[in-house]
Amino acid sequence: MAAASASTFVPPRQRRRLRRRLTDGLGWTVSTVAFLLLGAATISIFWAIAARGAHALHLAIFTQVTQGTAGGLLNAIEGTLLLAVGGLLLAIPPGMAAGIFLAEFGASRFAPVLRFMSDVLVGLPSIVVGYFVYIVAVVDLGWGFSALAGAIALAIISLPYITRTSEMAFRQVPADMRDAARALGATDGHVILRICLPIAASSVLTGVLLALAISVGETAPLLYTAGWSNYTWNGHLTHEPVGYLTYAIWAFITEPFQSAHALAYAAALLVSAFVLVISIASRMLMAASRRHSR
Amino acid sequence: MFKLVTFRRFTAVLGGVVAAVLVAVVVFFVIYAWPAIRLNGWHFFTSNTWNLGNLYANPIERNGRMILPGAHYGILFLIAGTLLSTLIAVVLAVPIGAMAAVFLAECVPSQLRTAVSFFVELLAAIPSVVFGLWGYVVVIPFLGHHVYPWMTAHLGFLPFLSGAPGSGYGLLTAGLVLALMIVPLITATVRDALVSQYRGLRDAALALGATRFETLWTVQLPATRRVLVGSGILATGRALGETMAVLMISGNALNYLPRNIYSPISTMASFIVSQLDSALQDPTGLAVRSLGEVALALLLIAVVVNGAARLLLYYQDRTTGTTS
Repeated sequence: MAAASASTFVPPRQRRRLRRRLTDGLGWTVSTVAFLLLGAATISIFWAIAARGAHALHLAIFTQVTQGTAGGLLNAIEGTLLLAVGGLLLAIPPGMAAGIFLAEFGASRFAPVLRFMSDVLVGLPSIVVGYFVYIVAVVDLGWGFSALAGAIALAIISLPYITRTSEMAFRQVPADMRDAARALGATDGHVILRICLPIAASSVLTGVLLALAISVGETAPLLYTAGWSNYTWNGHLTHEPVGYLTYAIWAFITEPFQSAHALAYAAALLVSAFVLVISIASRMLMAASRRHSR
Repeated sequence: MFKLVTFRRFTAVLGGVVAAVLVAVVVFFVIYAWPAIRLNGWHFFTSNTWNLGNLYANPIERNGRMILPGAHYGILFLIAGTLLSTLIAVVLAVPIGAMAAVFLAECVPSQLRTAVSFFVELLAAIPSVVFGLWGYVVVIPFLGHHVYPWMTAHLGFLPFLSGAPGSGYGLLTAGLVLALMIVPLITATVRDALVSQYRGLRDAALALGATRFETLWTVQLPATRRVLVGSGILATGRALGETMAVLMISGNALNYLPRNIYSPISTMASFIVSQLDSALQDPTGLAVRSLGEVALALLLIAVVVNGAARLLLYYQDRTTGTTS
């Protein structure tokens, strides 16, 4: 605190106290305003999507496929679920294995390297992943725009999230449980799969839900891997493009037609609502598992 | 008895896929972009012209490679657009995010903290393309019609704030929306660091007669410095690689360096989406490989930035035992 000059009537001590109190009030005001700004932005985004999307949402959205820039979004809804679930199926085995390895065999020399690379993988720009899968799978392997190429791109993006949450989940399991099982002669595999996994399951599920939310909301890695299709999926994993909701948002909002805008808003509402529901569900799950472990 | 396939080895090999993917992506782009790297040299980063050349002419030879006449690949404008939009985003997001974290950690009772924090953390869950849609239908009309004309009229004496206010698509709009996209990361990390901080630190400062805010500003926040820097770098990495939102609101400038803060820009990530189709038209394949070089540059920046942030946060975890 700088010394106050004696150029006014107010005694320096009292002035300093006043200034300290003002700084205090100002600081808390700034922090409150910062929070309110962010809260207002969140509400503005959800309101913009909800208000416009509610007008656009009608039964045909769920029952009809897209016709040009009109019709419904049945093909895109189905495609989004297909790609997201496909991506998860591909990402869960290696992601969980990495998480288990980091949690259970963390003393290994490979563990810090794996954790570091998984954490760096989170920061990989999603368009770079899309470009990679495009050249390798769509062009070089000749799969064309396809469900499998799109699912692989989403799997690469989901991997580090599943790894991280699985590691956390298995770390939560009390060491006593493992020691007791080992003392009874159980092997590594038995301890981890039969003893730890049931306890860690709900936390692992939280990570899977998080990855699902991310997959449903992704656009950039799918543009050049899944393509776009006006038809529902015909069961082919390759050589058959797939539609998805985020494409409808991006492509249709810049079209000059009312019907196209309506599809974009409806798609945005569906994606946002889905992500919101998953976020809330995973939070409740996390809170429940925390209570459980206490 | 020696067992070749143990459970430990099984998880190491299957889990190793996570690491292998990262290595594969980096190695792939180095090999893929190599012809373009050889052709473009350092001019790639210092010149400002992205030109596919005459697509209807016969390829000519330059530096031992077949190339379309007039083709030139320079991405200075992309580097400028990427760095400037990220700079705006980080400069806005770090102080606002940190102060919002202060509010959540110090002003909200702990029973309500999770619920109130949700308002900010929800921003992290919103997909990039939804941010883009919001930017396109709400932010751009508002900024372009009301805020930017006012700014040029009243703040035009400041550098970069004068000149044509444009239509709303551009550098500042992209920076603002990017700031909102990265802010929850900073808020969540700093809030957790403040909440899990050693209480004695705070109590000692209060006992010495510091006010609550003085304690926070001079003792508690400085103690989270490393977390703040680490999350700031992570947020920087995310802003650098953000694609869809920027694509929809930045104006997608080509071969154009921003003159003021309202200028249209392109970023490296958004440029890949907007140019891949036309780059594929080049029969010599150099256009698409040069675009691969853009992806490689972006990839290496992301690896370095994220690697640095992680090492910093690991170190914090070890020294103070707080979780990030």
